[in-house]
Amino acid sequence: MQNQTVPSDSPLLELRDLRTGFALREGYVKAVDGASFSVARGETIGVVGESGCGKSITARTILRIAGTNDSELGGEALFRRRTRDGRPGEVVDLLKLAPNGREIRSIRGAEIAMIFQEPMTAFSPVHTIGNQIIEAIQLHHPVSKDEARATAIDMLRRVEMSNAERRIDAYPHQLSGGMRQRAMIAMALVCRPQLLLADEPTTALDVTTQAQILALIRQLKAELGMSVMMITHDLGVVAETAQNVAVMYLGKVVEYADVRALFHDPKHPYTQALLASIPKLGREAGARLHPVKGMVPSPFNRPRGCPFNTRCPKAMPGVCDVDMPGPTTIKPGHTVSCFLYGAGDTRTEAAQ
Amino acid sequence: MGRYIIQRIVLTIPTIFAISIVSFVIIQLPPGDFLTAYITTLESGGQVVDQAQIDALRNQYGLGEPVHIQYLKWISRTLVGDFGYSFQWQRPVSELIGERMLMTIILSVASLLLVWAISLPIGIYSAVKQYSPGDYFFTFISFIGLGIPNFLLALVLMWWAYSYLGMSVGGLFSQQYADAPWSLARVLDLLAHLWIPAIVLAVGGIAGLIRIMRANLLDELPRLYVTTARAKGMKEGRLVLKYPVRVALNPFVSTIGWTLPGLVSGSIIVSVVLNLPTTGPMLLTALQSQDMYLAGAILLLLSVLTVIGTLISDILLAWLDPRIRFN
Repeated sequence: MQNQTVPSDSPLLELRDLRTGFALREGYVKAVDGASFSVARGETIGVVGESGCGKSITARTILRIAGTNDSELGGEALFRRRTRDGRPGEVVDLLKLAPNGREIRSIRGAEIAMIFQEPMTAFSPVHTIGNQIIEAIQLHHPVSKDEARATAIDMLRRVEMSNAERRIDAYPHQLSGGMRQRAMIAMALVCRPQLLLADEPTTALDVTTQAQILALIRQLKAELGMSVMMITHDLGVVAETAQNVAVMYLGKVVEYADVRALFHDPKHPYTQALLASIPKLGREAGARLHPVKGMVPSPFNRPRGCPFNTRCPKAMPGVCDVDMPGPTTIKPGHTVSCFLYGAGDTRTEAAQ
Repeated sequence: MGRYIIQRIVLTIPTIFAISIVSFVIIQLPPGDFLTAYITTLESGGQVVDQAQIDALRNQYGLGEPVHIQYLKWISRTLVGDFGYSFQWQRPVSELIGERMLMTIILSVASLLLVWAISLPIGIYSAVKQYSPGDYFFTFISFIGLGIPNFLLALVLMWWAYSYLGMSVGGLFSQQYADAPWSLARVLDLLAHLWIPAIVLAVGGIAGLIRIMRANLLDELPRLYVTTARAKGMKEGRLVLKYPVRVALNPFVSTIGWTLPGLVSGSIIVSVVLNLPTTGPMLLTALQSQDMYLAGAILLLLSVLTVIGTLISDILLAWLDPRIRFN
C-alpha cells in the first residue's frame, strides 16, 4: 500500500506503465505491455483495439480480477479514493494492494464497478437479479434487506426498467438481452461508483438496444458524476461517448488523443488503418473498405521492435523492426508511439 | 412448482407398473422354477420324490398357471401390501423383508450422508486450490479409494477392528440384541456396528464424488458470473459457496436417483462379507433358489426406491435451478 500527497485536481485514475501477463503452457503472454493513460474526474475515456490487444485485461487488472499472478504485475495504477463524506481522499496504488484483501474489496463495486459484454453469463443463472443487486448494496452499506431492496428497485427504475417492482424477482433467463444489460448497469451503479469500467457493454446487443444502452450510460454518468472507461472495438461507440481515446495494439497504447483529433487527424498508422476499415456515409457506392491487412501476431511470438511493424504500410525496415518507439507528444493531450513522428522515449529491446 | 411436482408424481405410476412387469419376467427367466430347485435339493439329500407329490406341490403354489395369470395374481396382492409367501423360508415375504429393508435404508442413508459430508468439502477444496499439494494429496487418496474393491476393505477393517479394538464387527447387532425388540440400547448397539459398513460402502462413493465435485466446480469457477461477484467486492470464500458451488451442485443432485439403489444393491458383496441383515444377501439366495415371490418383492422395492430417488432429485433440481422450474 502506498499513500502519496497529490494535488486534488489530479486524475481519478492514472495508469503508469501498466504491465501484466499470463504464464501459459505455450509460453508467456505479455497481455499488457506498458500502458499509460489517465482518467479524469467525470471523463469518458474510450479504450479501442482489436480482440486480444489487452484492453479487457487492462480493466480487469485495475480491479485486480484478471486472474494473473502478482509477480506478473508491473507499473502503477494510482487511484484516488473517496472519503466517507464523498470528498477526494487518499491515493492508492491498486497494484500494490493484497489481491483479495479488505482494501481492494472495499473499492470493488463501491468505487470502481464493472459491466461486461455478455449480461447473460455475467449474472448467476440460479439467483434472481434482485438477489444479486441487493447483495451488491449490502456488501458496502450496512442497511437492512428491505432498504436495500427499495434502493435496488429505485436503481432499476433509473435504468428505465419497466415494471421494476416485479422484474427485480426475475431470473436472468427471463429477461431480454437489453433488459439484462440494464440490470447489469443497475447492479454496477447501485453503490454510485466513481469509475465505471464498461467492457464492450453493447457488443452483444442489437443496434437499437445498443443506442439505448449507450444513451443510458451517458445519462447516468452525468447524473452520478462518475468517470467511464469505455472498452470497445467499435469506433462508433467511441465517437458517441468518449472525450479521450487510447488506441491499444498488442498490449501497448500506440496513440492517445481527444476524440476529435483522433478521428480527424489520426497519427499512428494503426489508428489510420482502423479508421479506414469502417464504412462512411457519402463514400462512393461500390467503393471497397480497407481492412487492416494481415492478422494480429500471435502473442507468443511478438514481433521485434514496434508491434505493428509486420502489418504497417509505412514500416521502415531497420528502424521499426529493431526498436520500440516511445510516446511522442504531437500537441498537448495527443501522443503517439511511432518512429514517423520521432523516436520518443525509445527503449531498445535489449534494455527491456 | 406445484404443478411440476404433481406432473412428476403422476409420471412415476406407469414407470413403476412397467418395472413390475419387467421384474416379474426377469425372475421367471431362469429355466425351471422353485419346485425344480427344491426337488433337486431333496434328491441330492437322498430322498425320493414321486410325481404325485410334485403335482400336489405345484398346485399348492399355483405354479401350474400361465405366466400372465401368475403376474396378475401377484401384482393385485402386492398392491394391497401382500407380497406373497416365500417358498424357501416358509414365511410371508413382508415379514421377511420388513426389518431387512429398514436396515438397508438405514445403512444406505448413513453411508450417503457420510459420502456427501466428506466428498463435498474436499471436492470444493480440490477445485479452488487446483494443483496445490492438498489437491494432489486428495486426488491420490481418492484414486486409491476408487481402486480398492470394497469387500476387501471390509475384510481389512473387520480384521483391524477385531485385533486392535477388540470389537466383533460382523452384522449390525451384537448377539444379545440381534432378535431383541427395539430399545434405546438396541439403537446404540446398531450405531456401534454401523460405522464399519457405512465407511466401507461410502469409500467408493466418496472417492467418485470428490472427482465429480472437483470437475463440476472447475467448470464453473472461470465463468463470468464469478468474476462479476468478485467485481462487486465479495469475499472469496462466501463468493465461491454462493455462486459456483451452488451451480456445481446441480449435476450432483441428479445423481441421488441412482445413488439410492446403488447403495442398496451395491452392498450385496459387502453385506455377505460383513454378515449384514440387509436385503442384498437375501436377494442373492432368493434368486439362486428361484424363490420368486421373495425375489420379486425385493426387486420391486429396489425399483420403487430408484423411482422415488429420481423423483426426489428431480424436485430438488427444480427447486435449485430456476431454469428448470420455469420452463
